Order: sequence, then structure tokens, then C-alpha cells
Amino acid sequence: MANELVNPANFFLSRFGMTENSLERILGNALERKADYADLYFEYRSAEGLSLEESMVNHTSKSVSHGVGVRVCAEDRTGYAYSDEVTIDRMKLAAEAARAIADDRGDVPAAVQVGPPLRRHQLYELESTPLEVPLEERARILRAIDETARAFDPRIRNVTASFGAERRIVMVVNSAGQLAADVQPLCRLSVSVIAEEDGKGRQMGSYGGGGRVEWKYFFEGDRWKEYALEAARQAIVNLDAVDAPAGEMMVVLGPGWPGILLHEAIGHGLEGDFNRKGVSAFSNRIGQQVASPLCTVVDDGTMPNRRGSINIDDEGTPSSCTTLIEKGILRGYLQDRLNARLMKMEPTGNGRRESFAHAPMPRMTNTFMLPGESTREEIIRSVRNGLYAVSFGGGQVDITNGKFVFSASEAYLIEDGQVTRPVKGATLIGNGPDVLTRVAMVGNDLALDSGIGTCGKDGQSVPVGVGLPTIRIDGITVGGTRA
Amino acid sequence: MTQFDAALAAWVLDQARVSGASAAEVLLVSAESLAAGVRMGEVEKLKSSRERRLGLRVFTGQSSATAATAELERDSLRAFIANTVEMARLTAVDPWSGLPDPALHPHTLPELELSDPHRGIVSAEEALRLARLAERAALGADPRIKNSEGAEFSSGLYQIMFANSQGFSGEYAGSSFSLGAAPIAQSDDGAMQQGYWSTTGRHFDRLEDPEAVGKTATARALRRLGARKIKTTRAPVVFDPDMAASLIRSLAGAASGPSLYRNASFLAGRLNTQVAAANVTIRDDGRMPAGLGSKPFDGEGLATNQKNLVENGVLMTYLLDSYSARKLKLAPTGNASRGVGDAPGVSPTNLYLQPGAYTPEQIIGSVKQGLYVTELIGFGVNGVTGDYSRGAGGLWIENGELTYPVQEITVAGNLKEMFLGIEMIGNDLRWRSSVTAPTVKIAELMIAGA
Repeated sequence: MANELVNPANFFLSRFGMTENSLERILGNALERKADYADLYFEYRSAEGLSLEESMVNHTSKSVSHGVGVRVCAEDRTGYAYSDEVTIDRMKLAAEAARAIADDRGDVPAAVQVGPPLRRHQLYELESTPLEVPLEERARILRAIDETARAFDPRIRNVTASFGAERRIVMVVNSAGQLAADVQPLCRLSVSVIAEEDGKGRQMGSYGGGGRVEWKYFFEGDRWKEYALEAARQAIVNLDAVDAPAGEMMVVLGPGWPGILLHEAIGHGLEGDFNRKGVSAFSNRIGQQVASPLCTVVDDGTMPNRRGSINIDDEGTPSSCTTLIEKGILRGYLQDRLNARLMKMEPTGNGRRESFAHAPMPRMTNTFMLPGESTREEIIRSVRNGLYAVSFGGGQVDITNGKFVFSASEAYLIEDGQVTRPVKGATLIGNGPDVLTRVAMVGNDLALDSGIGTCGKDGQSVPVGVGLPTIRIDGITVGGTRA
Repeated sequence: MTQFDAALAAWVLDQARVSGASAAEVLLVSAESLAAGVRMGEVEKLKSSRERRLGLRVFTGQSSATAATAELERDSLRAFIANTVEMARLTAVDPWSGLPDPALHPHTLPELELSDPHRGIVSAEEALRLARLAERAALGADPRIKNSEGAEFSSGLYQIMFANSQGFSGEYAGSSFSLGAAPIAQSDDGAMQQGYWSTTGRHFDRLEDPEAVGKTATARALRRLGARKIKTTRAPVVFDPDMAASLIRSLAGAASGPSLYRNASFLAGRLNTQVAAANVTIRDDGRMPAGLGSKPFDGEGLATNQKNLVENGVLMTYLLDSYSARKLKLAPTGNASRGVGDAPGVSPTNLYLQPGAYTPEQIIGSVKQGLYVTELIGFGVNGVTGDYSRGAGGLWIENGELTYPVQEITVAGNLKEMFLGIEMIGNDLRWRSSVTAPTVKIAELMIAGA
């Protein structure tokens, strides 16, 4: 383990019996036709999970996966082949399959010379990962969560809790001779409860968190306990929820996880691939006003220990902090190498992939809005009639027409400047290129989410983070059932 | 390859026993695929893959653990198996855990035509040719199609071998082919809309013609141009077949064992009661020849079967694996699903809403003012309460005719009332997915807009 941390590249070379020379030969193979670029991506992932239901930790699981992906790019074409058998022969076959994308070439390609590993950030240099913590100790925290949630209120009838941890070791070698490698630990503790009361029915509450952190993270400030209590509190609150209103209204979003708004409304639409192809509602809008001057939005992959952070992206580029919107003006896109090259821009360290079985694409890391000057109290007090939404489930966006949704799981009515009754979950729908132009107040209470986000795009899931200060949006459609 | 798998599976079960497991099951999955995409007439991507994974579940008495690995050399497997048994020992004793009743394993397995007898993996050249045909038809169908997210053809083969320590073993292989196109239409004011259409089948010759796929995708993009937001209103809502299928999928989720024993389902305690309108019959058929959801046995080695989930509006059964069946004091239903590294879960096989008597035109024609839904986005379905609120797009119906497109609206209600409120069911059932439905009309939903 220690050696992998010092030099993850050696891990692959020794484990699969390869030398830098054999990598150079495979890359040479991949470049045999008229290609601009080729890379090899190695991954070794180990993961373990355990879960509790009915007060028993009755499920445990583990998995080991590894493989190699070979990519060849020629202009805007991509050939990709992967195998979970990491041998020279298989890589040669994969290189032949991937290079079929390129035209025949007249000349002989320059030989590839692999250099020393590239610089990477050091955002999660852990002494140990939760995978090394005895299973029994991991099980104990799930039982403590179960007891804590049930003790919160007798109406809590069911608790499920799970803990998942993984460690990915990745290495990228490309045709420019660049080699980069990283060890990426990740874990997440999740709690879900059902509350039930005669005459009020059943409601669910859920909470959780994690990141690229050590086991002790969950004990700092009794985080594990907070997760249990939050899930329980949310379920109990929702027992009293009345029907949500329907129609366009003023909405106040609480800090933290409601930042999923930015992820759906802005983030996806600013990914380089959609903009290069001109299929995003934000295509060709750099320099234009797309938000109120109160809004500055960034995507920052360099925050220590965050779920969405990465030392290097899955093409070997160090992650960075990219300003997407500055005081309301659209400033930048999120780029991988292919789209950056075709758009004559710089890669931003956002080329990510789910695993060796996938080619990289521009993806978000931690996407959030910088804080403003209002207090949360001022913002709520300013609303005569509206919705205050503090927790959300998932969201989705149609890139091309810009329409996006995100679904509230804990929300309240605001009446005459006061937060009053809880309302049932409802989907909010808006238009990405204009929703932020309606932001009228931005709070001074920026918070990042607790480390639970997973983003799906084109069948690939990657861990991400979001963040938001309290904001007021003057007009977004709330999809309740009450006229 | 199959002989090798059978020998490997037997060896793994034996090693589990030697390591101290009282029972075990092993799953071997191998798959290969090739996908090719074109965009704006040019080759855009080629992707080929080979994968092989082993899944293992072991029991030490009534404790269990599940594991998956890609490292199939015997030395590393030996350590992997011993370690999994050790994990099981550290897991809580669960009185409900265990393999299914051995008497329920089938002795013979049906031939379900899951593999195309004539075609294996389609070559890159042929895949590109088919994708090109679809995209060219899409781009050429109308001058307002100005851009494209491309067209893609993919084909895949898989083999599954499953064996457990109480003597069941079975294997099957399957193929799949699919073709999709995503043209983008643009109106004079610059607003863009994407249209998407795809065709999927286990047999190549069951796919829709590539030109038809492209033209359908274009028609779907064009009819969204000029979409507007409407005023918030309560009105009848007609779901097109793909959107109606998503309602059926939500119902199946609520009828699945794990959500029921956790009391996390709006169908808890509703067995043998009226959960839908009397015209609603929903069938789960794991044995449909060449069906996208067909398989000879489920994720625990029990026979798949044919049954009504809902019959004339009455909930006839839940969908159960043997664990949730034991907890609910019912019999397993042949619906255990199994990812390589996961404990068994539950999923429907081929699940469909039985077609009704009406053409889609008659259904739309019955609506004075209402919504025809062709897109739904987001995750606003609460399986615990049935509360339903999703982003929607489609066409507005006036006096029985489709008029202008609408977007940036939501449809909301509660699934309990929505299923009871199904007024008309179409005769247009197509096997586009393993879960499918014809056109459905729901009496009234809240539509939120401006």
C-alpha cells in the first residue's frame, strides 16, 4: 500500500509485468495509422460495502476489478477499446481495434518515449483508507446509527444504513510520452429512514456524507450521528407535509446540496463536448450575460478531501478551478483534451471517466456559487409568498433546449416573510440560460454538500460535489399538486 | 469456453466448501461488444470491449457475504474465496438468509431464442454503414434539421453461467442489437430541440429499418420546435407509449419485495386489492421468445414464469426473490435479479400493460383540453408515498386534436390515484424495451407552468 502511494505507476508495471518499453510499443501500435493522439488508461479498483437493515448488518460485499482502455483520437474521431485482461497481447488487440478510427498514413509515426510521472496535486494523501478499518468496527457505526435514529422519535419505524469504500489506482500514459498516476480513495456513509404515524401515513428521510477521507472523518464533530439525526428529522418533518403548490413562484434555496441547481442548470450545458458540437443551449455565448451580476459560479477540482476532487483527471491533466460565470457573465467551459484541442482552448482537468471501460468526457468536479452579502434571515424575510427548499433528490437537464429539473425532498412555504408549513416533495423546472438571471439575493452562507453526489452522463457515473449559499430566485415553476 | 466455465464454477464451489462455507453460489459473466457512431455524416467513435467477471455469494450458516472479481487465476481466486468466507463469518446472523428451497430449482430449461442464430458481433464497417443510413435519413428529412448528436449502432453478446452448492447449475447466452439517432432541429429564432429514437432487439432482423429510425427521430425533433410554457391548470393527461412504460416501471418498483418488507412502498398491504382501474392488466412474462427481459432462470436459479402482476385492476402478486419472500411469508416469484457483485435484488422480466381497444387517435380525440406527454425528466417519484411530480414536455390537445408543443412544465399527482384514474388504454403496444406499455389516458393531473 505504502509503495502504491509513493509511486502508483510502479504498481501497474510490476503487477502486470510491463516495462515502459512495452507501453511505448503499444502506443506505437495505436499510432500506426494517421492519429493525433493515443493514450492507455490502467485502472485497479477495490471496493467494499456493508449495510444494515432491521438493526442487523446483514449484507457485506467486496469487489476487485481491473482493466486497460486504449484510446486513439484522429481529428474529432475517437476509437476506444478495453479489456479486463491486462496483457501485452490484449493491449495490442485493443490498440488495433481503437486505431481503426484513423485513416491510413503515408509516413512512419515518431517513436513514443515515456517520461517520468507528471506532477499531481496532493489533495487526499491519507494515512489509511476506511478499507483497512476492521469490518467489525465499520459494522459498529451502522448499529449506532440505527439506535440513534430510532431514539430520535418513536415514529421512526425502519432504518437502513450503508457504508461503502473504494480505492482506485489509475495510470495514464499518452502518445506525447506523458505518464501520470494517482491513488483515489473514496467513501460514503448513507442513512435512510421511514417514519410512520397513524392517519399521516409513511414518509422517508435520508442523509449521508463522505469524501476522499479517513475513517476518523466520521467521528469528527460526531458526523455519523448528525447523518442519523438529519435523516430522522427529515422523515418526521415530512409526516406533517401538506400538498405543494403548483405554478411559478418565488423560491429560496437553502445552502449546500441545493447547489444541484447549478449542476443541472449551468454545469452540464458548459461541458466542452456539447459546446464544440453546438448542441448546448449555451453554445457560442461566452462573454454574454447569463446570470444576475450577483452570481459567480466556479468548478473547483482542487478542494482537499472532497468527493468531487481529483489530483489528476482521467487523462492525466491536473485538476483546476475554472470560473464558469463571473458576476453574471459566461466565462468558460469545462474541457477534456479532445474538445479543448478542437476548440483551441486549454484542457481544464475535467476529462473524467467512470472506469477503464469508458472513454473520458468533460465532467464536473465540485460546482458552486461564491457567497454574497445577504443573511439567510434577510432573504427569507424579503419573501411575501414563496417556497423555501432545503433538501433535494436528483436532477436532470435537456442540454439542447436548456430545460432542467431538480426535485425537492424537504421544503416549506414562506408566508409573509416567515417559514411556515412543510410541503410534500415537488419537482422544480426551469430554463438553464435564464434561471440565474432571476437570482435577486445571494447569501453569505456558502456551504458545500456533505459528499453524496453522483453525476450520470451518457451512461457513465462519476462522484461530484455541489455548493450554494442561500439564494432567492424570483420565479421558477414548482410542480406541486395544489392550484 | 462453456466447458471451462462449468469446471471453474465447480472448482469455486468446492473451494468455498473447503474454506468453511456451508453453502455458496457462483456466477460467471462474459461479454463482448462493439459500438460505432457517426455524427454529421462523419465517423465519430468506435468502441469495442471484452469483459469477464466472477460473482460469488457464500453462507456460513445464516450469515452471508457477496463478492466479485476480475482476477480469475486460481491462486488469487483461492485467497479471494477464503476472504469472502471470512467476511460472511463477520456478518450478522440473519434468520431469513439462505439459498432458495432446492425443490424449486427447475430440472429443464426452456429455449428462449435469446441469441440471434445468424449474427454475432456486427463488424465496425457494417455498424458504421447502418448508423450512417439512420443519420442521413434524419438529416435529409427536413431543412430545419441543422445539427446532430449523431447516430450509433451497437451489438453485444453475453454468456451467463450460474451454479450453487445444492446442485443447480444453468447457463445461457444472449445477443442484443440497437440503433439510435439524435438529430437537432432549429427554428428561425435559434431555439434548438433534439429528437431521439432508437430500436433494440435480440435478433438483428427484428430491428426497425435504419431510415425509419432516422425519420422518426427527426419528426420527434420537429414537433418540439416552438414549444411554449402554458398556464398552470388541471387537465386530462395522455402518456405516449414510452412515457406510459415509465409509470409501469414505477409500479413494479413499489411491488418489489425489498421495498415491501421495509414498508417503503405505497403498495404495502395492498395485495389482492384494487390498485388500478378495472381496465388495467399488467403482465410479467419471463419466457417470451426473444424477449428483451427473457431468461430461462432468475438470479437465484429459480424458473422464470408468466403471471399477471395486476389483473383487472387488482394487485395479484408481488415481485419476490427468496429472501424477501421468506420475510413476507410468500413464495418467491422467479424475479430475482443479480449483478455480478451484488446480493440478489428484484426486477420484472418482460413487463407490459395489456393493450386496450382504442387507437392513439381515438384517445387523443376524447380529450377536449389536455396534455399529450412525450417527454418526462427528473426523479420526482416517491415510492414510499406514491407522490409523483416530474418535468414534462409534449403537445397540447384542443378539441381532440394535437396543437402546439409545450415545455418547462411539470405533471403531478399520486401514483395510487393515477393508476385508479386510467381511463383509456391504447392498442399500440410495441416491444421497445423489457418494460413497455401502449398509450394511456389518465383522467386528471395537475400541470404546473407559468
